[in-house]
Amino acid sequence: MMKNDAVVEVHDLVVRRGRVLAVDALSFTTGRGEVTGLLGPSGCGKSTLMRALVGVQVVASGTVRVLGLPAGDRRLRHRVGYVTQAPSVYDDLTVSENLRFFARVLGVDRAEVRRCMAAVDLAAARDQVVGRLSGGQRSRVSLAVALLGSPDLLVLDEPTVGLDPVLRRDLWAMFHALAETGTAVIVSSHVMDEAERCDRLLLMRNGALLAEETPGALLESTRTGDVESAFLALVDGAREAA
Amino acid sequence: MTPRITLAVAGRVLIQLRRDHRTVAMLLALPCLLLTLLWWMFDAGAGFSHLGPPLLALIPFVVMFLVTSVTTLRERSSGTLERLLSMPTGKGDLLAGYAMAFGLVAAVQSTLAVGLSLALLDLQVAGPGWLLVVVAVVDAVLGTALGLFVSAFARTEFQAVQFMPAFVIPQLLLCGLFVARDAMPRTLEVISGVLPLSYAVDAMTAVATTTGSGVGGVDGGVWSDLLVVLGFALAGLVLGAATLRRRTP
Repeated sequence: MMKNDAVVEVHDLVVRRGRVLAVDALSFTTGRGEVTGLLGPSGCGKSTLMRALVGVQVVASGTVRVLGLPAGDRRLRHRVGYVTQAPSVYDDLTVSENLRFFARVLGVDRAEVRRCMAAVDLAAARDQVVGRLSGGQRSRVSLAVALLGSPDLLVLDEPTVGLDPVLRRDLWAMFHALAETGTAVIVSSHVMDEAERCDRLLLMRNGALLAEETPGALLESTRTGDVESAFLALVDGAREAA
Repeated sequence: MTPRITLAVAGRVLIQLRRDHRTVAMLLALPCLLLTLLWWMFDAGAGFSHLGPPLLALIPFVVMFLVTSVTTLRERSSGTLERLLSMPTGKGDLLAGYAMAFGLVAAVQSTLAVGLSLALLDLQVAGPGWLLVVVAVVDAVLGTALGLFVSAFARTEFQAVQFMPAFVIPQLLLCGLFVARDAMPRTLEVISGVLPLSYAVDAMTAVATTTGSGVGGVDGGVWSDLLVVLGFALAGLVLGAATLRRRTP
């Protein structure tokens, strides 16, 4: 990968949350047009790492650069879309009121609101109050907000949890379609079977990176048949080495 | 700050409020009911004209303090604050947006309460009625500013509601309503002099009881009291801005 294609460059990142070392000297790079899967068990530091990429996390040391700028830089605030695990939208507004509000904040037009609503298949629910929607629908509203203005980097924290398999497949297809237009997509999941849908994988455990490879290369190097077994093989390998 | 974003925030807060019919009904009807109760309590006597104006100052302050601290707390805990701050939203956009929305609500609320007091309850005021509304709106902005600031120290809605008696009742006791400020023990008189509600109540009382050669046909002291209240509100907004952090641990 060429240097100027890097969208995210993380170098020796350390994050402490209270007394816990949430991210431990982590480094990696992702590029334009890639769907990167951040996989690991619940509590391994995925969300903290994603918060650092967006620039809302206080970091202890190391550097995080996004599109050549320090994470959280003022110039990045139009260019990074972020979806937190719990849907961050207003429960007492309708779907379209939520999107119109965030669209005004970002300075994008009504057509973009319609496009993003359609992209997450919520056009039919546009006039429903978000608080009355199902959990899956609410997280799609949150995802639609992140898509507003076609950001260059999308950071999605477990966006497919609890969704119907058909919708999950459609969303992954959308992530790849976005990647084809040059967007860098970083998706976290604790479900290992979602790994196969990514171009590249970051396997995380206890705040550290176990592996950074394509799904194919990972299975080959660990001589396993699926990502879950590969994960176990890596953990066992690390224990033996210790 | 960007005017587009400030207005978006104000508009959004108003839409949220509009959806909550019961809250809107209480915001608009409750002050009128309380004033009517006061009027009835004094059997339509002169006591009403004495205590009515301070109550007109107090209600928007208390109500907006509560509404703002709960709304901001919700914004923090739902993650929407974090999302907004990762977007091009300035802290000033959020604060000014909230102040505009709740200032507007207070204007409607106070117009109703002042209108009722003057037209039906026969409140005797020396100054113009519109100035009572102006003072009430400034008091509401003060309540919003302090509510915003205080909500940063509350982790739960229970705590946020408890800040009301903690911040408001001492100011209510010391504002000169129960004991004239210059008749209090010296220490309390000094403390009373640095509490914003004292100036809010003074301004309202002065509009109601005095006339003068100042703007609006009232004593110039009304405007200087109002400036002090506005100063406290601005200070509250600045302190509130300091509690909005883009990066959190």
